[in-house]
Amino acid sequence: MAPAFGKLAGRTALIAGMMAAALSTAPAHAADVPESDDPIKMTIHDWTGQALTTHIMGSVLEDMGYNVEYVQADYLAQFAGLESGDLHVAMEIWETTGKDALTASLKTGDTVDLGETGMKAIEEWWYPKYVKEECPGLPDWEALNDCAELFASPETHPKGRYLGGPVTWGGKDEERVEALGLDFEVVHAGTDAALFAEIQSAYQRRQPILAWVYTPHWAPIKFEGEWVEFPRYSKECYEDPSWGPNPDKTVDCGKPRGWIKAVGWAGGEEKWPAAYEAIRNFNITNQDMGEMIGKVDLDGMPISVVVDEWMENNRDTWQSWIPKN
Amino acid sequence: MTALTGVETRPAVVRRPTVLLWALTLAVLLALWFAGARMEWLAHYPDEWVLPLRDWVSEAMEWLVKEATFGLFTFKEFTRGIAWLLNVPLQACLVLLAHGLEVPLGEESSILIPPLSWLGVLGGVTWLAWRVGSRGLAILVGTCFAYLAVFGQWNSAMVTLSSILVAVPVGIVCGGLLGILGYRSHAFERAITPVLDLMQTVPVFAYLVPVLFLFGFGPVSAMIATIIYAMPPMVRMTMLALRGVSAEVLEFGRMAGCSERQMLWKVLLPSARHSLMVGVNQVIMLSLNMVIIASMIGAGGLGHDVLTSLRRLAIGDGLEAGVAITVLAISLDRLSQAVANRGATPVHLQTEQGFADRHTTLLGIAGILLGTYVLAFFIPALRSYPDQLVIDTGPLFENLVAWVNVHLYIYLDAVKSWLLINLLIPFKRLLIDAPWPGVAVVLAMAGWRIGGWRLGALVASLAIFIAVTGNWEKAMVSAYLCGISVVLAMAIGLPIGILAAGSERFHRIAQNIADTLQTLPSFVYLIPVVMLFQVGDFSAMVAITAYAVAPAIRYTDHGLRGVPGEVIEAAKMSGCRRGQLLWKVKVPLAMPEIMLGVNQTIMMALSMLVITALVGTRDLGQEVYIALTRADTGLGLVAGVCVAFLAIIADRLIGAWAARRKRELGLD
Repeated sequence: MAPAFGKLAGRTALIAGMMAAALSTAPAHAADVPESDDPIKMTIHDWTGQALTTHIMGSVLEDMGYNVEYVQADYLAQFAGLESGDLHVAMEIWETTGKDALTASLKTGDTVDLGETGMKAIEEWWYPKYVKEECPGLPDWEALNDCAELFASPETHPKGRYLGGPVTWGGKDEERVEALGLDFEVVHAGTDAALFAEIQSAYQRRQPILAWVYTPHWAPIKFEGEWVEFPRYSKECYEDPSWGPNPDKTVDCGKPRGWIKAVGWAGGEEKWPAAYEAIRNFNITNQDMGEMIGKVDLDGMPISVVVDEWMENNRDTWQSWIPKN
Repeated sequence: MTALTGVETRPAVVRRPTVLLWALTLAVLLALWFAGARMEWLAHYPDEWVLPLRDWVSEAMEWLVKEATFGLFTFKEFTRGIAWLLNVPLQACLVLLAHGLEVPLGEESSILIPPLSWLGVLGGVTWLAWRVGSRGLAILVGTCFAYLAVFGQWNSAMVTLSSILVAVPVGIVCGGLLGILGYRSHAFERAITPVLDLMQTVPVFAYLVPVLFLFGFGPVSAMIATIIYAMPPMVRMTMLALRGVSAEVLEFGRMAGCSERQMLWKVLLPSARHSLMVGVNQVIMLSLNMVIIASMIGAGGLGHDVLTSLRRLAIGDGLEAGVAITVLAISLDRLSQAVANRGATPVHLQTEQGFADRHTTLLGIAGILLGTYVLAFFIPALRSYPDQLVIDTGPLFENLVAWVNVHLYIYLDAVKSWLLINLLIPFKRLLIDAPWPGVAVVLAMAGWRIGGWRLGALVASLAIFIAVTGNWEKAMVSAYLCGISVVLAMAIGLPIGILAAGSERFHRIAQNIADTLQTLPSFVYLIPVVMLFQVGDFSAMVAITAYAVAPAIRYTDHGLRGVPGEVIEAAKMSGCRRGQLLWKVKVPLAMPEIMLGVNQTIMMALSMLVITALVGTRDLGQEVYIALTRADTGLGLVAGVCVAFLAIIADRLIGAWAARRKRELGLD
């Protein structure tokens, strides 16, 4: 027994010594960071921007001394995993598409809001620039009805066809069409991929198309186009019928521009407090993100290279996220 | 129409009441239709009447996850235990094939024990293929694995292979055991058959959510979903195969004094080996079918590559990863077939051989793996395939699709618009407007005429269940999409099947086409289809048809080849011309088998519904997909069961018809 005890004591001393060493060399870090060596599991979805955000945050956490593991998970199905603690951090929940799921999940008390990421989601009805030649009234929404036929397809004729996002994204487009009296029919794409596939194909043929496009995304970088200008969104517009051009209906305006938030497993708050603090401090602009997405999706650079490059050039920015005490 | 001449063999007397009955049924349907204009509840099932079944299911699930307990441990702990257990072999495979192992040495440093060399794995499987099969097989398997390396798919492919290597044996063993139980006890067989039906027809998306809740997030859950999906054919084939063992063999076993256990392991299973392999083959194929869906819940690997590439609209990259899945499927399938067909050395000869002689195959693999592993420490190019040598065909396919899109679009668009206006939209209207009680009556009538009152009652009550759970209209959209696609798939598949039955060379080509269509992830062609035909029903129809055409080809081919030689001989002697031989003899005789092909085509079409929801259809598939994204267990399972019921209605009606026709033709 005795030698065993001695060994144990020795190891404790060693660890204590090393902690002291860590303290002296890196005063910026709290004494007990990382609080736990268990890997923080961060989710990766199927769009580039999210992978970039997650890898940047992951690199910062690794720099702080945490173990990080990236797990592929579906954007909305991941909430089940975040609630049970199988997954720990999701970096991008968009107000525009994931608000309901997020609210429901936060209500269980098993997940916590990790704050806004600084990026702003913009999404609206969008058309390629060449459409303007045939429909010069754009981008004003009141010009849409004059050009409805331009966007028609056999299924929607004589109404115009507006290609909306997946049903699960919400967006109130049916209500908008009715409230603003637009001669359009909303067709929902099943997935993001299908949506942009159709936009790309129409763009190649220079065929008029009206579709739901959002940013940060590669599409508005790659394709030249504009967003339709609806009456500007306000909270009253969605709640008060008397607001806006249609006195009897709500949703007679454009879409809200929304936050993009990070969310985490509630248990992590105690397990890795400093890490969660750093994630809350995460902040990046649409501009930066757009540039990085362009480098990956359009120039074909690997994600890891783009992330390393950003980390190198923006040392001050991400250093400031790390909590000081 | 000549194909139906066989009908005339029935005596005319029986037909008259049938015609009368059908006329009556149609009259009822039309009456209900007109009444529907006045009585809204006939035309559209009222929302107030909807049974809140999905809420009950969600609550039951909540209870299962949060409260159910066996006393010592909770239900969730139990399922998590299973997940942990399955994770062990999976991690082992991953370490060996893909990731290697990082061994920490002290605080700062660690050494990475690398995974097996790519050349070693390639050499190993090629050697295995040569030993168990032929030189041809070795070349095929070698080329397949070389594809994975040369096209830069190696690492992802090994991740996918790891989960297949665990899921397939588990599926085979569990399926086999259940099958043996079913063989021993008829009561068990009766109990398990409907469960198997549901397992095969409820879309995977529907039970993905409960699986996630119970087994946690990650590759293991994906694997469990794969096993649930891929196991049923193994259970069925085991029961069938064991029943099929000939009486003499059984008699011989008994005479030799076998105990029950010896009888099973030494007599029954070995003699049923060939039929059992059909089950194994199905497990492999279905597991690989699941790769894409599994990657949505964290399996990674090739499925994830396909999804991310298509998200970027990099069609070429998606295709490369998709073909990698096909290539894996084909090599595993051919290898397993070769193992089953191998003539084993008789036992009395084995004792005369030395250890090395008996285990050449295994020793060879071990040697190749070890050799390349050690060599790789000196030659890094053996460790991981060098990036400079990777071929990238991505831009080629993107340009191809772009070219078709720009230059051929007007023609495609014309065909699409014509079909939409004249066929799809009217048919859709018809089905949606049909009154639900009327459709139930027609189904009951059909069931009764074909298979007796029990069948009639079954199909009618399944149809009413769909209405009662509030899914009628969506189910009709599903029926319309599948119906049109099946007709189209048969129109394409039948002629190909007939050609394949006539010529050996064409047969082989058709086989390969069918294999590829079934294993190439549909998502790969879904996106180009959307580019050419826009989001909507038409794209969904094209994708479903492409997927469902495989069984139409296979069963037609198989059925025509199965027509007894004597009958053909007799037909030739009585002076049939070639056309007559085909249409008046072969096709009518093969009709029951072809109808089974139709049946399978319908099953395939229904299983594609959920995938086409990704394009944007508004049917049951979309309901299931929405449920997945909202993690709503009840919604998903109920909509999934409705899809299953559509499938079961079609299956029972066609199955009963084919069985009756077989009896009439004396083919039993």
